[in-house]
Amino acid sequence: MAQSHASDAAHHDDHHDQPATGIKRWLFATNHKDIGTMYLVFSLIMFFIGGAMAMLIRAELFQPGLQLMQPEFFNQLTTNHALVMIFGAVMPAFVGLANWMVPLQVGAPDMALPRMNNFSFWILPFAFTLLLGTFFVPGGAAAGGWTLYPPLSLQTGDSFPMLIFAIHMMGISSIMGAINVIVTIMNMRAPGMTLLKMPLFAWSWLITAYLLIAVMPVLAGSVTMLLTDHFFKTSFFNAAGGGDPIMFEHIFWFFGHPEVYIMILPAFGIISEILPTFSRKPLFGATSMIYAIASIAFLSFIVWGHHMFADGMPVAAQLFYMMSTMLIAVPTGVKVFNWTATMWRGSLSFEPPMLFAIAFLFLFSIGGFSGLMLAIVPADFQYNQTYFVVAHFHYVLVPGAIFGIMAGVYYWLPKWTGHMYSMALAKTHFWLSAIFINVLFFPQHFLGLAGMPRRIPDYAVQFTDWNMVSSIGGFAFGLSQVLFAIVIVQCIRGGKKASAKVWEGTNPTGLEWTLPSPAPYHSFSTAPEIH
Amino acid sequence: MDPGDSKTRANSKLVKSLLIMTAGSFAFGWALVPLYDVLCRAIGIGNAEAKAGKSVVREAVDPNREITIEFLAQPASVGSFEFRPKVASMRIHPGKLYDIEFYAKNLTTQASVAQAVPSITPVGTSKFFHKTECFCFSPQKFAVGEGRDMPVRFIVDPQLPNNVDRLTLAYTFYDTTQSATRP
Repeated sequence: MAQSHASDAAHHDDHHDQPATGIKRWLFATNHKDIGTMYLVFSLIMFFIGGAMAMLIRAELFQPGLQLMQPEFFNQLTTNHALVMIFGAVMPAFVGLANWMVPLQVGAPDMALPRMNNFSFWILPFAFTLLLGTFFVPGGAAAGGWTLYPPLSLQTGDSFPMLIFAIHMMGISSIMGAINVIVTIMNMRAPGMTLLKMPLFAWSWLITAYLLIAVMPVLAGSVTMLLTDHFFKTSFFNAAGGGDPIMFEHIFWFFGHPEVYIMILPAFGIISEILPTFSRKPLFGATSMIYAIASIAFLSFIVWGHHMFADGMPVAAQLFYMMSTMLIAVPTGVKVFNWTATMWRGSLSFEPPMLFAIAFLFLFSIGGFSGLMLAIVPADFQYNQTYFVVAHFHYVLVPGAIFGIMAGVYYWLPKWTGHMYSMALAKTHFWLSAIFINVLFFPQHFLGLAGMPRRIPDYAVQFTDWNMVSSIGGFAFGLSQVLFAIVIVQCIRGGKKASAKVWEGTNPTGLEWTLPSPAPYHSFSTAPEIH
Repeated sequence: MDPGDSKTRANSKLVKSLLIMTAGSFAFGWALVPLYDVLCRAIGIGNAEAKAGKSVVREAVDPNREITIEFLAQPASVGSFEFRPKVASMRIHPGKLYDIEFYAKNLTTQASVAQAVPSITPVGTSKFFHKTECFCFSPQKFAVGEGRDMPVRFIVDPQLPNNVDRLTLAYTFYDTTQSATRP
């Protein structure tokens, strides 16, 4: 084993020790750090594009009546805001973090399949050029919601095939990314690193990667069926031809529910790394954390029906989906309590990653609670298709997934760049984000309970006040994110030199902290021994 | 043996099995289509049964039981067809054959083809509703301005659960002129 690593290292030494210069470094990148950086930069750009769409949505909703745009364009914005944020911002950010950190955490010299890694990144700019290009073709972008329910989605104009192929490309990219992560973790761990000794972030990604492989092809299948229904006169979802539009919802949500866990499990991993560091205590119940992630991943496959309660469903099925959905609260509860117990009597300090991690813990739980409310069938009939749902999934995705990503970036950024960033600026970014995220999304719970429907550009006057509050929160939250970009750019340019440990409380056995900061271009050419 | 090779081999073996998993998931997505049909039929939901073709059922009239059956008709798109049942509802005995008619008229300015898709509620009762004759079995052709009555002959299974005293038969009338050439 040791020998094989030595030869692997020798093989790597054939390459240049230093990165190629100019555009070639990025176009032909096979280095996991370069590719990770590209993924992260790409996702930051998409975060701002998707965010700009959200700003337009909130601007339109600032007052009742139509102010800025036609309803059709509003619907294009909501649909594409979701697609860009899910497939362009959150998922590539996690893949970027995996590229950077998984090899460092398991003591591998690189990802297992570096060329495929290059390919899986470079598909993305093409996929999103295609997706964003849909705004400029006759008929405009898709406007039927990101869930693409037929028959509405089949009424998309000329952009329909562009949308479908963009989704296919994103899917291929994520599947290749997932395969790469699994092979790296399974075959390239340093000798002595058993699976149970592996850091939680790598663990969460291993499970996420299996989820991706299990469900992305199902999405590819369902959108292909839409494509053939549209162009080749098949009738998968066409009732007149013997098909059933409800079937699309089943196939879509069979993908869709695991997908929402794909967007949160790596964040669980990140939080499980950060809380122990800044509590100066080992993670409470580390093994149970792994089993909890695995249970959540398993349960994600049997709860999809809760997205469709209002479609009409036998009572037995409603009960099954309600109970199985509520069951997810058990492993999630295990995680939340373990994180809290990790902080209990710890010696806490509040650097930016810790601030984001604590906000994650608190605000993600709020999203989890509203999820439990939505799981109750009779209550769901009231909440369904209202802003309550919007508030719920934004609470789990923004302070959940996005804060998780930001926490991870603030945690590892000094390791990547070799510089400490401005703590004051980063903390300002945190406080603005944490306050305005609640100003933005909390009122949407009230709007939803009062009956304001989602995906509508206009509303009844009694909803005006909370919509204004929500919009103000939205603009402030959006603008605060500029600070995030500034902190990152400053940190890349220079700053106080970061030590190998970076944080005073880091666990010295974490392999990434044994490397100097910045992590050298080629790391672990000789595998470290784990005892 | 070069140990680097064994690593490459292990990698490609794992990649191969992961690709097989990916292909399996893709196949599973498509398999959900027939699976959905089978499940709906087994549970008696999703109108798979209602959409099924001609049934052959013997009459076995239950003279002691009478239920109400209501008829609904709606065109799938506004302005394509006028479409309505000749009677709104009737009282029937399970196990007896009945004939009713729906009226449809082409409102478009071209010869049109329409396909009716039935639905039976309450959920789960469609397997007790049998059609021995129905205009929904085949596409209906209409000349410009043509209107006509279309027959349905049905029988309700006497096995219909006792707590059901009212069934609704609803037809949605889809204009399929565009896709009428489909094989």
